[in-house]
Amino acid sequence: MNGKNKGSASPDHRTSVPPMINITDGTLIPSQGEHSVLSAWNIAFFGAIAVLVILPLVHPSPYREILAFVPDGVLATFEVTLVSIVFALLLGLLAGLGRISRNIVVNRIATIYVEVVRGIPLLVQLFYIYYALGPLLHLKGPTSAIVAMSVCYGAYLGEIFRAGIQAVPKGQMEAALALGMSRTQAIWSIVLPQTIRIILPPIGNEFIALLKDSSLVSILAISDLLRRGREYASTSFQYFQSYTVVALIYLILTLFFSRLVGLMEARLKRRDT
Amino acid sequence: MTPRVRIEKAVKFFNKVEALRGVDMTVQTGEVVLIIGPSGSGKSTLLRSVNRLEHLSSGDIWIDDEKVTDPKTDIRKIREEVGMVFQSFNLFPHLSVLNNITIAPINVKRMKRGEAEAIGRKLLVKVGLADKERAFPDQLSGGQQQRVAIARALAMDPKIMLFDEPTSALDPEMIKEVLDVMTDLAKEGMTMLVVSHEMGFARAAADRVVFMDMGEIIEQAPPEVLFEHPKEDRTKRFLDNIL
Repeated sequence: MNGKNKGSASPDHRTSVPPMINITDGTLIPSQGEHSVLSAWNIAFFGAIAVLVILPLVHPSPYREILAFVPDGVLATFEVTLVSIVFALLLGLLAGLGRISRNIVVNRIATIYVEVVRGIPLLVQLFYIYYALGPLLHLKGPTSAIVAMSVCYGAYLGEIFRAGIQAVPKGQMEAALALGMSRTQAIWSIVLPQTIRIILPPIGNEFIALLKDSSLVSILAISDLLRRGREYASTSFQYFQSYTVVALIYLILTLFFSRLVGLMEARLKRRDT
Repeated sequence: MTPRVRIEKAVKFFNKVEALRGVDMTVQTGEVVLIIGPSGSGKSTLLRSVNRLEHLSSGDIWIDDEKVTDPKTDIRKIREEVGMVFQSFNLFPHLSVLNNITIAPINVKRMKRGEAEAIGRKLLVKVGLADKERAFPDQLSGGQQQRVAIARALAMDPKIMLFDEPTSALDPEMIKEVLDVMTDLAKEGMTMLVVSHEMGFARAAADRVVFMDMGEIIEQAPPEVLFEHPKEDRTKRFLDNIL
């Protein structure tokens, strides 16, 4: 009877295989076993690169001009993505720890943050922070875009941190407490190091999702990849050509990073066996 | 003489299920006490209450003069002196064997790393795993992991060791190596409270065996007396089933 209530007797604590959590947003991750040269990933990735190389060769105008015009935008896209993911990770860690906190106030604040942010579309959040809060708080354009992306992704990452922390077997915390560690010590030196290994792949996915969603900031006055493409299109009226190049660059970036995440995942798995 | 552990009227509810129904028990310094009983009898709950991994619903527990059940007691100070070994080992998978052993002395006792490692290596010799200090838990067998877990608990120099079914998750051929370490420990005079059904260990090392059922102590006696001449029918039936 009480065996069901105390954690120590449950069989899942005995396994040495680290638990997996499954949070994805549908980003394409090459699966194991797809080693064929004709795998979907290879076709898409190298196909996109080939098209991007061949087009300027065949039609130097306008493709060569477009390719010369957009690199600033790629840099801006990277900047927004990288800075946002760093702040989102910090916010996510705080939110995740808050969600498992025993302090009711902290717990409620974290939960409300996660629920509110996840309930509002990212585009609406961008508008809200840029147009509604930005002038009040004297935020500059790029800053407010980064704030909005960080706040939004912090909430999603918070749920990943929470799930990752909870995926570490309860016995780990108990063993740490039994040795005389405080809860805080146990979380930082025992639970979180194990959490990070569990959540690295889903965090990689979120990074890719953020890279794609960063195109939304083009609506604000930020010259990211999409906006640079739009600027070229609206002066040259070459809409088809401009947006083709923009889409291909996004595709190549996304596929590249998804392969990195896939490799990282495979590597973590190999170390486990 | 003050007993090392004193438990008075321990009651524990899990929701509406009464896991402990007023248990009284003492363990003297240097005594080795084995708790047996069917699953759900409350034996693990009782053990886990001693270092407050479970909070009693009512009743009190003392270790020497310190009251474990007093909310004002700094439970961390008590846990530093109470070693615990779990059924599922619970080694820290991201740390090497030696770091598993030294992490608590370094972080809790603020011991110097060199000193902690010297103690850790000595303990690894004691449990027969001197050559494994750099290994990680998932590279060890279950029996080896449990011996590391014992060394990890001993590194805090505890005045009592709690064992919660230490051999239940082990393959039969690995049980002996763990029990041998525990027997050595008992012979050195360690105070031990052990939840286990290992009769061989009980005969070799236990001073007293306590039989629990339905959250109560049914009877207790030295191992040879309890195993050969149990007084209560419930004890007889249980022993018939596991022998």
